[in-house]
Amino acid sequence: MTSVATGTDLGERATLHRRRYTDRKSIIALLLFLPPSLILFTAFVVLPMIDAATFSFFDWNGYGPITDFVGFENYADVITHRNFGTAVRNSLIVVAVSLLIQLPLAMWCAIALAERGAHINLIRVLFFLPYMLAEVAAGLIWKFVYDGNYGLLPAIGGAIGVDMPFVLGDKLWVIPAIMLVITWKYFGFHMMIFIAGLQSIPNEVIEAARLDGVKKWQIVRHIKIPMIRSAIVISVFFAITGALQLFDLIIPLSNGGPSHSSHTIVTFLYQFGILRMKLGFGGAVSVLLFIACVIVALAYRRILFKVEQN
Amino acid sequence: MAVTSKKRRPVISPVQWISLMVVVAFVIVPFYTTALGGFKEIGELRVNPFGLPASWDTVRFAEILGGPRYFSSLGNSLLIAGGTVVLSTLVASMTAFALAHIKFFGSRFILGYLMLGLLFPAATGILPLFIKMRDLGMLDSHWGIIIVQVAFSVSFSVLLFHNFFKELPKELIDAARMDNCGYIRIYWYITLPLCLPIIATVGVFNFVGSWNSFLLPLIVLNSEAKYTWPLGIMQFQGQYGSDWPRILAFLTLSILPAIAFFLLAQRYVISGLTGGAVKG
Repeated sequence: MTSVATGTDLGERATLHRRRYTDRKSIIALLLFLPPSLILFTAFVVLPMIDAATFSFFDWNGYGPITDFVGFENYADVITHRNFGTAVRNSLIVVAVSLLIQLPLAMWCAIALAERGAHINLIRVLFFLPYMLAEVAAGLIWKFVYDGNYGLLPAIGGAIGVDMPFVLGDKLWVIPAIMLVITWKYFGFHMMIFIAGLQSIPNEVIEAARLDGVKKWQIVRHIKIPMIRSAIVISVFFAITGALQLFDLIIPLSNGGPSHSSHTIVTFLYQFGILRMKLGFGGAVSVLLFIACVIVALAYRRILFKVEQN
Repeated sequence: MAVTSKKRRPVISPVQWISLMVVVAFVIVPFYTTALGGFKEIGELRVNPFGLPASWDTVRFAEILGGPRYFSSLGNSLLIAGGTVVLSTLVASMTAFALAHIKFFGSRFILGYLMLGLLFPAATGILPLFIKMRDLGMLDSHWGIIIVQVAFSVSFSVLLFHNFFKELPKELIDAARMDNCGYIRIYWYITLPLCLPIIATVGVFNFVGSWNSFLLPLIVLNSEAKYTWPLGIMQFQGQYGSDWPRILAFLTLSILPAIAFFLLAQRYVISGLTGGAVKG
């Protein structure tokens, strides 16, 4: 990034006057181009995060001066909160389901749909459609599907003679039901990333293997999947961070219920921090969530490194 | 090549087709029942979940379209999403331009700083953000949401623009500079026209993100007249409880514009997604 002599520099050096002129222009341009995003990003993304960390050490309700320093008390409150464990557990279940069910399904679809063709394009777009849908809409659609009185699930159950429970009102069933919605909503997104990866594999590699008599499954396992590693790395990263942030989908589906059994970390933050304006408590949840995300990101240094390289 | 491409045809086996159709059904059935449910009577939903409605009763659709909420919430969403797209495109492309084309000390640091936003969920700062917006008088205003959404979108948008700008032919910029053309003019007359595809991609992403966003408007907006459509539909659902035909009609009417938009814009969505993935 240091300014080594390039063609431009040589040109600039031709006259000192012109070089100065260009430098002044660079500075004016920088002063115009950089501040808007830097100021907005700092003011509304970075500082609130720092504030959250600060608030987490105080007992503050959001009004008046911040005075009551309580040390790590808020953190203790969060960790010992009787619903926090459930929220963390649920978020981890979302991570696990995303990695173990959603991504393999996406990979399978991607391998089947990586070739071009009219039907195939139609199916791809169809699979991607739920991702484009607002979480709130997706949640309400599925709330209807699951509705115990009028929904699709009890209708299907009735048709095959099985009495279906009110899944979203049932502590046992609510989590699997939500996981199904998550898979429905997001597998198409990962499928698209995998398809892009698969299409970047040179045809010759696959053809050569095929001519050598390598079986289809072995091609997938030993050639295709290893060659799209970077796409998989990206997908896993999105899947984990997305799972840790899950909020919009839960609110319309179950609102964290029944009896707080389906909270994720963010709905927990909303329910017990934001709605009750407990800034210290909410701040502590935020910091814990932030730490979790940073750990994931550090584990994924490769991605970050590449981002910086670009 | 012709031979090999012929050979590659029968790649999807019958078993694969059948299982693919199962996935297709899984994806499509919720959409299908939603679209038809708005026409059915409530009792009919349970008895006849998959069939066509007994009578194509459009009364609920007419009622929603004639009511006050539907168009105002869509209008609010359109305004916010439009404002977010215009501002974020401008702000992010300017910054990405400076970082990609102007050599200066600290550019790498600034890029890294902006990329921090990809690390953590915006939701973690939402409570202090609320306090800040309250103190700045930005609550219950569409402008407040637009500004914050632009701030949220900076990291991702700058990343996409920066990747794209880096690949523009350097000679073009250098030639313009030799002709004594300032950076601002280079940005406006050379770079922006060349980067229309990436503007479209970034724009579509920010539009969809803003259109669908829920947590921020939920926290910022108080007055119903200012509700965006995700808030509108949640409120509608809360008001009508289990009157599913009515809710499904509202959902259908709200999803249709989104699907139309997606079908028009899918090229840019998918190229943005796959472009980012391949590069990442």
